Amino acid sequence: MDFWVNCLVVLIAMTNLRLLGSSRVVSCVHTVAFQGVLLGVLAIVGASGGLAAHGIVLAAVNIVLKGLVFPWLLMRALRETHLRREVEPAIGFGASMLLGVLLIGICLWIGSRLPLPVGVQASPLLVPAALFTLMVGLFMIVARRKALTQVVGYLSIENGITAFGLGFALKEALLVELGILLDAFMAVFVMGIIIFHISREFDHIDAGELSALKD
Amino acid sequence: MDATQLIHPLLALALAPLMAGIVNKTKSAFAGRNGPPVLQPYRDLWRLLHKGAVYSRTTSWILRAGPIVSLAAVVTALAMLPFGGTAAPLSFAGDLIVFAYLFGLVRFLMVAAALDTGSSFEGMGASREVTFSALAEPALLLALAALARMAGSPSLSGLLAGAVANPAVSIPVLLLAAAAVGIVLLAENARIPVDDPNTHLELTMIHEVMILDTSGPDLAFAGYAALLKQWAFAALLVGVLVPWRTGVLWADVALALAAMAAVAVGIGVVESTMARLRLVRVPQLLLAAVACAALAVVLVLR
Amino acid sequence: MQLILASTAIIFLGGLLALAVASRPRAASVLAAVGAIAGSAVGLVPALRAVLGGTHDAIACPWGLPLGEFHVALDALSGLFLVPILVLTAVAAVYGTRYLGHDTGPRVGVSWFFYSLLTCGMIAVVVARDAVLFLLAWETMSLASFFLVAYDDRRESVRHAAWTYLVATHIGTAALIALFVLMARQHGSLDFDHWNAGGMTSALASLCFLLAVAGFGTKAGFMPLHVWLPEAHPAAPSHVSAVMSGVMIKTGIYGLLRILSLIGPPPAWWGWLLIAIGLSSGILGILFALAQHDLKRLLAYSSVENIGIIAMGLGLGVLGTAYAAPTVATLGYAAALWHVLNHALFKGLLFLGAGAVLHAAGTTRIDRLGGLARRMPRTAMAFLFGAVAVCGLPPLNGFTSEFLVFIAALNGMLSGDLLVGATTAAVIAGLAVIGGLAVACFTKACGTIFLGEPRTSEADEAHEAGGTMWATMALLMVACVVVGVASPWLIGRSLASPLAVLCPAPAGLPIDLNVASSPLTGVVLAAAAFIGIALILVLLRRRLLAGRSVTQSGTWDCGYQRPTARMQYTSSSFAQPLVDLFRGLLRPRRDAAPIVELFPTAAHLQTHVGDLFTDRLIAPAFRRVREVLSRLRWIQHGRVQWYVLYIALTLLVLLVWKLG
Repeated sequence: MDFWVNCLVVLIAMTNLRLLGSSRVVSCVHTVAFQGVLLGVLAIVGASGGLAAHGIVLAAVNIVLKGLVFPWLLMRALRETHLRREVEPAIGFGASMLLGVLLIGICLWIGSRLPLPVGVQASPLLVPAALFTLMVGLFMIVARRKALTQVVGYLSIENGITAFGLGFALKEALLVELGILLDAFMAVFVMGIIIFHISREFDHIDAGELSALKD
Repeated sequence: MDATQLIHPLLALALAPLMAGIVNKTKSAFAGRNGPPVLQPYRDLWRLLHKGAVYSRTTSWILRAGPIVSLAAVVTALAMLPFGGTAAPLSFAGDLIVFAYLFGLVRFLMVAAALDTGSSFEGMGASREVTFSALAEPALLLALAALARMAGSPSLSGLLAGAVANPAVSIPVLLLAAAAVGIVLLAENARIPVDDPNTHLELTMIHEVMILDTSGPDLAFAGYAALLKQWAFAALLVGVLVPWRTGVLWADVALALAAMAAVAVGIGVVESTMARLRLVRVPQLLLAAVACAALAVVLVLR
Repeated sequence: MQLILASTAIIFLGGLLALAVASRPRAASVLAAVGAIAGSAVGLVPALRAVLGGTHDAIACPWGLPLGEFHVALDALSGLFLVPILVLTAVAAVYGTRYLGHDTGPRVGVSWFFYSLLTCGMIAVVVARDAVLFLLAWETMSLASFFLVAYDDRRESVRHAAWTYLVATHIGTAALIALFVLMARQHGSLDFDHWNAGGMTSALASLCFLLAVAGFGTKAGFMPLHVWLPEAHPAAPSHVSAVMSGVMIKTGIYGLLRILSLIGPPPAWWGWLLIAIGLSSGILGILFALAQHDLKRLLAYSSVENIGIIAMGLGLGVLGTAYAAPTVATLGYAAALWHVLNHALFKGLLFLGAGAVLHAAGTTRIDRLGGLARRMPRTAMAFLFGAVAVCGLPPLNGFTSEFLVFIAALNGMLSGDLLVGATTAAVIAGLAVIGGLAVACFTKACGTIFLGEPRTSEADEAHEAGGTMWATMALLMVACVVVGVASPWLIGRSLASPLAVLCPAPAGLPIDLNVASSPLTGVVLAAAAFIGIALILVLLRRRLLAGRSVTQSGTWDCGYQRPTARMQYTSSSFAQPLVDLFRGLLRPRRDAAPIVELFPTAAHLQTHVGDLFTDRLIAPAFRRVREVLSRLRWIQHGRVQWYVLYIALTLLVLLVWKLG
């Protein structure tokens, strides 16, 4: 079981690196969806001491929402905006990947120092992976210009939070998890619509241009 | 030194062209052609060895030295690789570094030989070669370092010895290292997402364009060196990916040979199903290899 | 010890005689070179004895200067640095007699005087055991090399370079003075022998370490402090560049090592700092080298890279000491020391080769050369050997020391915890990047300068270097091969005693050089196999081609009929993909007039890569300082009487302060 958890965590880390290194928005959306599915599987595999009902619920909701609904919403927005590539990001794709490798190291160090609640039996790699996912999301919001890639970053943050929740696998967490998921759902829904409208109004979704609104 | 240590170098010397033949056969099968015979690379080498040579008036002794040094360096590198349970003839702490740097020597001399002709096409190929190799090298060495830490041994023979101690950690590490080595294999051997061995457009080639002015036995040496280099990287990949040993010598060697054939078919499949990347995208692919290797290091360090 | 003093005296005498006959340049050159050779021969005896035998002898006597006494000593560490200093200065002096042969006027004799003074200064630096003597030697060395850099002082760029060097080296000296004052206050003596770790708080030791890194790092060329190197090396005559790059900057490494041996057991973060410096110097150094258009500038940046490799070795040594991992410590220190020797050999060779190119073609602009291998084949071969060595490729000597850094890191990786593992992994990845980029950099240099067709008429008319110049290059080339092949034996013999000085017994680290020499034996075996196979292939090729047609023809340019030399790939186009990949760091500037019309007339393209730290850090800082200081301009008004008044007032104030 530990083996599968490790494999999944490595895969999640690799999806993150792909998010950092990919210039095509479509592949970013697919990658973040895949990441969501991986998290769903992780919820099933990682549940210590047999599958509890809440584990299955969480996994199912995760897989359905993140693997199917979100990508569908985002792809729709993508079609409307005719956006294909993230061009001229603030930080280049190669440099982003190198920074990603650096981030892995930092997350690992933080993960080894972070005090965890007693009685938590998570794989030692889960917390670093969750942190890494979170930070990659933040990084994408900071370093990318297109609103859609920023939404992908937001989803990545959400994935990171979910991974954290899985790490603690506390029974009470179910409600919190579901709440967050619902939040994310609403956010993606709203953002999809807003992007659609912004795009129709201004013919582009370059977030950098928002600075023109400052005064 | 016992006789079994010589099995792998002899196998490599004998079968490296066959591997290229298998790759070509696979590609032909995908394209729905009959394709050249599997033994065609042997015939090509044989014919080249029996030809005279034509040299450019611009060139100096460096063009003639390039293929010889490459072939000698690649054969030496092969001597450090264990293969399916047989030990390597040459094994010492840190031989993985010598292994990687011998290919650096090959690159240096082949690039110098290419520049010796003064042709802008060969200069172009040489420039691309050094660019991509500079990024492939850290991926290879980091992956090997991760394996070394996992096996607790600083030599290739030790780290490819085929012991899987703690599968929960070691299998992901092996897969990551294999991914890194696999990408390096494709990049270093002029394979498709990086270079196209079949194209006849000089502008898009890397390796083939560097030996445009090499002819006769020199071309045979350079070509054979390239085939052996491909064998060496494939053997490394097999060593990483097939860590199981039966304990019976011939069975282990047969298993490794089967894996080599599988790698050859795999290369053919990749070449048939993927398009060559734009040159500006290649560094990203190599960075992905570096990232995989770094991830492997991270996994073994904890 | 007396022999060392005698050797210094002989060298200095040679310089004085050269100055005396400055009106006859040839005689001056010969006299100085004879002095250098004789002095080196005399000095090598005790130096080798100290290195191999681990002897330690000293002379201490009071002298006229205040504060302390005249104290010199020769131990294994000094000896290890003394050997390359003596060898390379002698070799370069012989080269210089021919190199400066076409120059006239007294400046040749003056230059030889300063050359001898530089040699004496370097010798004195490594044997001085008293802070005042050390600083005197250090200043002698710096000033002498300043005058040597300013040899061609009619050129504005040379004056600028010399000036940059003077300022940089004195900023470093300022840090050293602070360091020595701190140490002297702590121990109540200026004598190195009285300095020890006892009684030093860790904060004080760390402060001293930082000052040493800043002060000695300026001389050695650690990355943010390296700004003078790419200016001064191209400006100086080539044999001087060889000495400065080959051995003078190593005195910085010597100083750092000496201080490390005096301030006690290092904490781990010193190692991390050194490794970080090493990584940044190494990677940025070779990247900037790759982007250069001038051969000697390229070599200067490559020196920064090699200093980075040395710093990585030192860092691993310190880290190993801090973590009580004797294998890592031994390998790290051994790698650093070994690279000091190797770099002196191959970088000396490369600078002499660059000098031969400059001598023959009148320029070191890479893109104006080409095809020199057919015009000067012997120089081309020497340069090629140097290039293979500097890239750290087997089987030459450069590989052996890079290999030692690698296995030090591998050993750290195998045994260390998370932090050590991550550090050593960074070292491995960094060295691999450096190795790859070095190949790109030096194939560019070799390929564009020596291979292909000449791009200009100067290159077309180049001539082979004279016998003297070739002989010195051949000597260094052979040394590169021999040291590479004999490294396991040489390391076992020569590094044990210097390492004993570095990590003295109380630190509790047993020194077993077998960890270095036994893997190197494997390297040598591999090298022997390689050479054997290559020889067989040479014979095989000869057999195959015997009796077959071997013809000559033009280069196949893909069917194009009229290729010209100007269509060749230039060094800039060769390096362009990598420069473009790292444009965030290199910040290349392009100046292009693009082709617009159907029948284009004139178009040009110019690229330039400035120094990141000069442009972004040093120049703005100096501008800021100048702005502040310009408020004090009113003191400088040019009235001599007032200046006298200043002096008088200062004296008076000092007197009052002293008496009151």
